[in-house]
Amino acid sequence: MRLYNRGIIVAGIAVFAVVVTFPFWHAGGKAVPQPAIELNTPAIERLADKRCVEDTAFMRDNHMKLLASWRESVVRKNIRVYTAKDGRIFEMGLTGNCLACHENKTRFCDRCHDYAGVKPTCWNCHINPEEGL
Amino acid sequence: MVSTRREFLIIAGLSAIGAACPPLGRIIAKETSSWGSRLPGTPGSVPALKAKRWAMVVDANKCSGDCRDCMTACHEAHNVPAIGNVKQEIKWIWPERFENVFPAESHAYIQESVRKQIMPVLCNHCDNPPCVRVCPTGATFRRADGIVMMDSHRCIGCKICLAACPFGARSINFVNPRPFIRKLNPDFPTRTKGVIEKCNFCEERLARGILPACVMACQEKALVFGDVDNPNSKVRQILDRKFSIRRRAELGTKPQVYYIL
Repeated sequence: MRLYNRGIIVAGIAVFAVVVTFPFWHAGGKAVPQPAIELNTPAIERLADKRCVEDTAFMRDNHMKLLASWRESVVRKNIRVYTAKDGRIFEMGLTGNCLACHENKTRFCDRCHDYAGVKPTCWNCHINPEEGL
Repeated sequence: MVSTRREFLIIAGLSAIGAACPPLGRIIAKETSSWGSRLPGTPGSVPALKAKRWAMVVDANKCSGDCRDCMTACHEAHNVPAIGNVKQEIKWIWPERFENVFPAESHAYIQESVRKQIMPVLCNHCDNPPCVRVCPTGATFRRADGIVMMDSHRCIGCKICLAACPFGARSINFVNPRPFIRKLNPDFPTRTKGVIEKCNFCEERLARGILPACVMACQEKALVFGDVDNPNSKVRQILDRKFSIRRRAELGTKPQVYYIL
């Protein structure tokens, strides 16, 4: 079997292999540090009981699902009150509830979202308190 | 593929049972909504205003015509942008001359005072809303209390509702509206490029026990809001006493904004 244009093909395969594996050898086996989120906003500092709507583990895993269910509930069912697992009552809302405490979007929301490579579109419409009203 | 007569009959039988079952979905939906009404209110908040059928009365005789208080209040409360370009403008409540509000009732010899009359127009929150019927994603829907709502999350900007609405009550965001909002109200979201918006009868205020922004802003008390299903409501008291008409009622959309001329 004869390979025509051997030089170009081999060089092409080599370039392709280098480009595809770039993320692996460029990182050099190092892990990107875990994002550090800041929970020290003035609003959180003022809280006597520093607890979110649900526990931290639940919020970390499920905040997006919780927000999606709140969205459906408020907009489509006109149910605006959320009863947490421990019985506490909250008014549903992204800007009014979540961002009232977590007023540091760039040092809270964005840190993990950037790390995970997700781009939620919440703030296309909902107002981010950091925008300086 | 169904290979035998026996398997075909089994599947056909199961399908028939399934077809007889759709009420199940409705039962579940009903239970969730009644569960919602039993939920406790937000601590320390005013109870929500509730009605069987929200409606508005616009008393054009009381409206001075050149005042814009209702429009300013509404557009400030809902972060409605002032684009400045007529082709791209966003309107929730806006002034219109008699001939445009009631084109069928207008004629060349109509009395001067009526011809010159300018009155506010807004979404009519129809009982039979054509916008809801045509929306392919369910982004616009009619609530049990009659409010025709927009769920911007589901809006794909197809503009079919824009064409379906006979009142021009819907506007699309051709551009990002954020830079055109004079004073941002942090309590209400803005919209984004490519979604439709319109009057929501201030449902977010009703949920907090407050009347609509336009109604509260009107110094002349030309706008009245209430439950048209309740014979003792202010809206019904006015409708009982005075002759009222609705915009393009002949189309059968059953508008719920009543005009007194």
